[in-house]
Amino acid sequence: MAGQLSIAKALNEALRKSLESDPKTVLMGEDIGKLGGVFRITDGLQKDFGDDRVIDTPLAESGIVGTAIGLALRGYRPVVEIQFDGFVYPAFDQIVSQLAKMHARALGHVKMPITVRIPFGGGIGAVEHHSESHEAYFAHTAGLRVVSPSNAHDAHWMLRQAIESDDPVVFLEPKRRYWDKGEVGEDPMLPLHSARIVRPGTDATLIAYGPMVKVCQEAAQAAEEDGRRLEVVDLRSLSPVDFATVEESVKRTGRGIVVHEAPVFLGLGAELAARLTERCFYHLEAPILRVGGYHAPYPPSRVEETYLPDLDRVLDAVDRALAF
Amino acid sequence: MTVKSTSRARKKAAPGVPDPARAGSTAEPELVQLLTPEGDRVEHPEFPLTVTPEELRSLYRDLVLVRRFDAEATSLQRQGELGLWASLLGQEAAQVGSGRAMRTGDYAFPTYREHGVAWCRDVDPLNLLGMFRGVNNGGWDPNEKNFHLYTIVIGAQTLHATGYAMGITKDGADDAVIAYFGDGASSQGDVNEAFTFASVYNSPVVFFCQNNQWAISEPTTVQTRIPLYRRASGFGFPGVRVDGNDVLAVLAVTRWALDHARTGQGPVLVEAFTYRMGAHTTSDDPTRYRQSEETESWKAKDPILRLKAHLEKEGLADEAFFTGIEAESEQLGLRVREGVRSMPDPDPTLIFDHAYSEPHPLVDEERAEYEAYAASFEGGEHH
Repeated sequence: MAGQLSIAKALNEALRKSLESDPKTVLMGEDIGKLGGVFRITDGLQKDFGDDRVIDTPLAESGIVGTAIGLALRGYRPVVEIQFDGFVYPAFDQIVSQLAKMHARALGHVKMPITVRIPFGGGIGAVEHHSESHEAYFAHTAGLRVVSPSNAHDAHWMLRQAIESDDPVVFLEPKRRYWDKGEVGEDPMLPLHSARIVRPGTDATLIAYGPMVKVCQEAAQAAEEDGRRLEVVDLRSLSPVDFATVEESVKRTGRGIVVHEAPVFLGLGAELAARLTERCFYHLEAPILRVGGYHAPYPPSRVEETYLPDLDRVLDAVDRALAF
Repeated sequence: MTVKSTSRARKKAAPGVPDPARAGSTAEPELVQLLTPEGDRVEHPEFPLTVTPEELRSLYRDLVLVRRFDAEATSLQRQGELGLWASLLGQEAAQVGSGRAMRTGDYAFPTYREHGVAWCRDVDPLNLLGMFRGVNNGGWDPNEKNFHLYTIVIGAQTLHATGYAMGITKDGADDAVIAYFGDGASSQGDVNEAFTFASVYNSPVVFFCQNNQWAISEPTTVQTRIPLYRRASGFGFPGVRVDGNDVLAVLAVTRWALDHARTGQGPVLVEAFTYRMGAHTTSDDPTRYRQSEETESWKAKDPILRLKAHLEKEGLADEAFFTGIEAESEQLGLRVREGVRSMPDPDPTLIFDHAYSEPHPLVDEERAEYEAYAASFEGGEHH
């Protein structure tokens, strides 16, 4: 496994290992067979594991998640692929009202070990409904776990951990990073729901996940040239959030800035800002700030750079935080 | 087996244009029937059925006890013991006939009205009342009796049933699944997606539609312009319309359909043509949307009376049998009444108990906060 892999390949290898290690694991989705998925994440898997385990489905998102629930009741461990973020809404009832609640409704008698893989987020110049960030909808729903890796190592190991989980996991793949390469180690290093400090610093904490981690790392690098040492925390898990790690960091730096692509209003940043304010109030030198998308539909791709947080918008927020 | 009625209906209208006069709930083409409303046995060439007198008496017992359970629950709702009840009055034969057609390894996916199917699966009737009383949102282990939790969002369970059936195929087992839904649900995307998945994967699932003519206040004509069983042909599998008030016909047709499914021949749609005699739920008022003459006309087709007439005509049961069933029915009513009234409220920490299978720090944290809050009250408990 060791070596430089793209996130896409790291995910592909994770699916392969999961199919190898548990005969009850099955993959389902549109075009995941011969095509290998529109992003080729399932490339070659149907050839090696057969169309009984890597199942091309009808073009029906509710059907994909709903039948996965039935398969889970029969003892299977389905991993379903939603082709693009904006296509998951037809499956919304099956995910938030059926999948998320089944374990509780059965008073614990049944488990729902289903992983819902969704390529999410913008930045690839796509057309409408191909660039959305819907993590807050899912993180808001008890019963679901929501995670998003930012690099190849985490992409590989977090997907394997998600598939092994007996709870339903919404697995958000940062599609604009699919082709970024990185080292994939032999060990997951962290439990699925732990955050990680990816860059230590002392002046402010940048909190991000998925595609925005790289932007924040670049911002921290740029800030260092101005003599500012920014800490970057990769949340990795959006439900549950590893608040202990985030809190500890913000208490040390006294400043926190949450960065995500999703609209700021009622986004994950709102929850983080509220909680950090409650818990770190006497340590804060500035209010927790948020950088994210606007309260508008995801825009046409020619102006998506305006919508998406970039290095300059992050650094502007750093300036504001440090000015308090 | 449905071709005859289909072609006949089409003769009256231009191809592809359904004749509204024959559409939906107003049309009754070729119901499979084995027992007339008067209690006479008739034969159907495609659905022969041999039943022993003992089986007939047993079916009668099921029908009566299920109706009694349902009536008791309705009363308990009126007395404030249940928050809501969805009565099956009038649909006993559709449920008992299909429920008794199942084998032990088969699996049922109900809506929220399948009390008679639950009875046939040997699920304790008191389990069904927990959700309506508000002590849980499901409450039983679906795998214990192969009877899934009630599903409230219309049609969602048909996909769960289909996925389960896909699993049966993968396992190489010869079990089958039955998915219950209503005429209103036939309009839902999930039901149509379930038809598609079941068809293309040739899954062993029987879609059992109880067409009780009304989706709350909307008649079947608002859902469809063709008889519902004919939907199946567009998805590539057979559809059959059965007299849903005839327990013998439902038994025969469902048994055939389940065998068809379990032997690798794919899904079947069974439309049980029946009638909801009561309200949609205890919150509903059917006098606002339907005529009493309609309800009266269906009384003449009552599933229990016709089987009783048959048993009496054929001398298959004596007075002592009927008296015995009545006594058993009283006992069931008493058990349900007392069971509901003594059903304990859950501990409030149930809220946190099964949100997740694995530990979840936010849930643990909020549980601890709640417990500390509750303990802060006098006596240590929050009332």
